Amino acid sequence: MNATIAALTARGLLGRRRSLLLIALPMVQLFIAGGIRLTGEVSTETSAMFLQTFALGAVVPLLGLIIGTGVIGPEIDDGSILYLLGKPIRRPVIAVTKFVVGAGCVALFGALPAVISGFILTGPADDLPLAFGVATLAAGAAYVALFLMLAVITRQAAVIGLLYALVWETLIAGLIPGAQRLSVRQWALALADRLTPEISVVATVGLTVAVLALAGVTVLATAYAGLRLRSLALAGDE
Amino acid sequence: MSVITVRNASRWFGNVVAVNDVSMRIGPGVTGLLGPNGAGKSTLIQMMAGFLAPSAGEVRLDDEPVWKNERVYRRIGVVPEREAMYDFLTGAQFALANAKLQRLPDPHAAAERALATVEMLPARNRVIGTYSKGMRQRVKMAAALVHDPAVLLLDEPFNGMDPRQRLQLMELIRRMGADGRTILFSSHILEEVEQVAQHIEVMVAGRHAASGDFRDIRRLMTDRPHMYLVRTSDDRRMAAALIGDACTGGVELDWRERALRVQAIDFARFVWLVPKIARDQDIRLYELSPADESLESVFSYLVGGPA
Repeated sequence: MNATIAALTARGLLGRRRSLLLIALPMVQLFIAGGIRLTGEVSTETSAMFLQTFALGAVVPLLGLIIGTGVIGPEIDDGSILYLLGKPIRRPVIAVTKFVVGAGCVALFGALPAVISGFILTGPADDLPLAFGVATLAAGAAYVALFLMLAVITRQAAVIGLLYALVWETLIAGLIPGAQRLSVRQWALALADRLTPEISVVATVGLTVAVLALAGVTVLATAYAGLRLRSLALAGDE
Repeated sequence: MSVITVRNASRWFGNVVAVNDVSMRIGPGVTGLLGPNGAGKSTLIQMMAGFLAPSAGEVRLDDEPVWKNERVYRRIGVVPEREAMYDFLTGAQFALANAKLQRLPDPHAAAERALATVEMLPARNRVIGTYSKGMRQRVKMAAALVHDPAVLLLDEPFNGMDPRQRLQLMELIRRMGADGRTILFSSHILEEVEQVAQHIEVMVAGRHAASGDFRDIRRLMTDRPHMYLVRTSDDRRMAAALIGDACTGGVELDWRERALRVQAIDFARFVWLVPKIARDQDIRLYELSPADESLESVFSYLVGGPA
């Protein structure tokens, strides 16, 4: 961790216009949760379904994409990352710092609103809010690490990330059960499943696999990003 | 006192060879890296700055390799050509961030000192996004100077500056070179380079074309046949007088253009002779223009010439 890099990253991420999206997405989620609640008593099943499809299935992957690419992509594109690379700081420290800032943002804009949405829907007594808080945090961190790594590897990180989130996780993993083993969303669902024993959050992967996979993806993707930063070649001006 | 050594360094991007087997040694003082656009200057500087791996060969700072060695940045300051900085910061915040990233014991003092060096103290509390091109250049310079590096690499530092800013920066670079720093800057303008650098390295089409004192380079560029287009009120008499003097190698009467094409061998004598003939023989001069003064032709001469 490097405090200066963290501060620069946070200001760069939250200062851009896209940061409005970071607030808009969870706001929409909270409004919908409120709307559902206003229609009357909400069953735990419905609440779980909403958090599963909307919070975990849409908001968190999108946030992960915006934040994960946003903590480093623009600096690589415009070349200002040279001011970080041209310093006696080990490159993996840069990657880890950017990941920590990104994970913090995903906790703030993704996991916290998921918990609040859960409260709105079911009230504080239920396990559901906390379960999805944990699940969205774990999934969000994994997405951030994954998309941060993509942003270091390729300029097309946003497109590839979007394809992964939409096509793979939503379409293919929805149709082909085998693909669910390689889905961040399914791993996170396994966590939520475990933390809500009495209701049917249906996960397709076991808890152990899920925890290992989430931790592994997060750590390895961040480590690989650090490795690639050591030999990052910026497009020349000539 | 630090020395950058480039040994048989090449860099290619796919099929394009940007830098082709270049060897040079950059020592204390100011060195100018001169070459036309696309000659590979930026690629070479990026390799020296450790931002790009040589495809072959190596770049060293004293006894250390530069590539994949973050330690060298304690001793190197880089001023990139690209404009992008953290535009949302003020100049002071940007300099301070750079000083902190260098882990200096007193980053505030270091940032202040660097901003003073580039004379940016008055504008230090303005956001970088509002700076003029020259101010941005100076803040980039301050960021590279916070840790008082022994080596300073500048990629096209004079680009887009107005004449006054240019003079200020030249003065600053000269002063830092005189302090014993190793400074390398690139430019595609000979006049710019020779005003600042004692030593010049010339790159053309990825190759190291020439190396030497700026006087040598200047001589290489001026002591060569120059083509001139001359238009007068009496081209034939002018032609006769010119070919009669040893300073010309040939005179062609271009009757379609109604002008003379003159090859001048002795540049200094030629430019002295033409007005003299015009005055003595009462010939009116309408035009005297160099026909091949483009930088590329100068460089291609250097490559093929005695360099």
